[in-house]
Amino acid sequence: MTNGAQDPIRNFTARAMLRIHCPFCGVRDHSEFTYGGDASIVYPPLDAGADEWHDAVFLRENVRGLQSETWHHVNGCRMWLIVERDTMTHEIVSVRPAHEGCATATSGDGKGEGQ
Amino acid sequence: MSKYSLWTVIRNGLNGQQGWDRQWRDPEPRESYDVVIVGAGLHGLATAYYLAKNHHVRNVAVLEKGWLGGGNAGRNTTIVRSNYMMPGNRQFYEHSLKLWEGLSHDLNYNVMFSQRHHVTLLHSPAARDGAARRYNRMRLTGSDGELWDIETLRKEIPHLNYDNARFPIIGAAVQKRAGNARHDAVAWGYARGADMQGVDIIQNCEVVGVVRENGKVVSLQTTRGNIRAGKVGFAVAGNTSRLWQMAGFGGLPIETHKLQAFVSEPIKPLLDHVVVFGVGGAHFYISQSDKGGMVFGGDLDWYKSYAQRGNLPIVQDVCECATSILPCLGRVRLLRHWSGVMDMSMDGSPFICKTPLENLYLNAGWNYGGFKASPASGWFFADLIANDRPHETIQHYTLERFHRGLILDERGAGPDPKLHG
Repeated sequence: MTNGAQDPIRNFTARAMLRIHCPFCGVRDHSEFTYGGDASIVYPPLDAGADEWHDAVFLRENVRGLQSETWHHVNGCRMWLIVERDTMTHEIVSVRPAHEGCATATSGDGKGEGQ
Repeated sequence: MSKYSLWTVIRNGLNGQQGWDRQWRDPEPRESYDVVIVGAGLHGLATAYYLAKNHHVRNVAVLEKGWLGGGNAGRNTTIVRSNYMMPGNRQFYEHSLKLWEGLSHDLNYNVMFSQRHHVTLLHSPAARDGAARRYNRMRLTGSDGELWDIETLRKEIPHLNYDNARFPIIGAAVQKRAGNARHDAVAWGYARGADMQGVDIIQNCEVVGVVRENGKVVSLQTTRGNIRAGKVGFAVAGNTSRLWQMAGFGGLPIETHKLQAFVSEPIKPLLDHVVVFGVGGAHFYISQSDKGGMVFGGDLDWYKSYAQRGNLPIVQDVCECATSILPCLGRVRLLRHWSGVMDMSMDGSPFICKTPLENLYLNAGWNYGGFKASPASGWFFADLIANDRPHETIQHYTLERFHRGLILDERGAGPDPKLHG
């Protein structure tokens, strides 16, 4: 993105097509992924009250700016990822696997040599 | 400001168009108003208009952070219809359609409302049964609706892809009173109508803070100074959550998503109707503007965004839909496309309701449906603000409906905002 800022055409393409750096597969177009939603939502225990479940299922902060969100690499490795992305500029700051058991993949360079 | 008539057209035609006034004033904000509406989009302007007209509340300001008609009022595909089925939605959108039918006369401004039929293509017996249920419900509740068989459809719209479509067309569900309107004219007409009754429309005035005291909003901090308000209404599609948090609240059942619209180069008259195509994951709607451009749109961009610019995969997706039902468009060039940000709610239905603050009212969550809804939205929101109680028709357009399990999910898609297109 930083190089793209000087190059109008590359800049346009970068903004019109998000490129997500999947820790397992490398940099891919966002059209390979589906968007999950706000990753800051934590579901309460199953026996929690209706109010807690209401808040988790229906209420959103709807952040303008940097937010943590889930994406599913559905046409790739099929892994769920947590992406930190700015909802105003679309700049992606970080990508990591959504499940702890997959965390070793982040130590790779992300160019398809993950797991 | 003078009333428009045939006489003013002739008189100004003879004097070199010298006699036209500006259509609304550009006032400085005053220190205090009885009612302040945030957002001079179609909903905010309509609210101010009906506050003055129906409820004689004229000490009203409408604040707009940009310029009038620069948000979603100028970023939509201008379709007007009332083919909703859920109780509440049914009456609300029917009321809106009736307001549209008299709007040009009411506003003394030609909004170019054209009842050119809204034609939803059907591709399977199941879809036809679903449409029969919905359109019968419409007829039973005082609206119009009919099913066309394939012969009628061929006669009305001869150049659809009848011969080798991946999903063969078997007929259509039609609402004849539906159609489209000139979006800018609606904004201008409401602005002029409100202004003529004394409403101040204040542009380039962004709300940056909400001052509250003892469970009430006292004033709004804006980029043009503090403005005190007796009552405050929020009508800011796309940015509702930000304003909500400024007022001291947390989450809302709303996510902001962007929706693109497209217009082609102008061509000779080709399509007399609004045509909707939705099967096998496709979602597409198209009509032809009076200037000849084909105006169309499809799905959201599928991820949350506040950026008013669209992405390329949806351009491809929508253009594929266009050429699959109207192959004759294959060599028509795209003139431009644009993107608006909208409140996608958790059940696809809007909010016109009171809030935990005594004198704060909310108008939000319009999803894809804001343009067609704008007259009734303003009508009922003005009624709510003036009388401090919801009209029977909008009693379920509350934030509490999710608590109570009374969701209005017209599409049956569940609590995922991006699915309510």
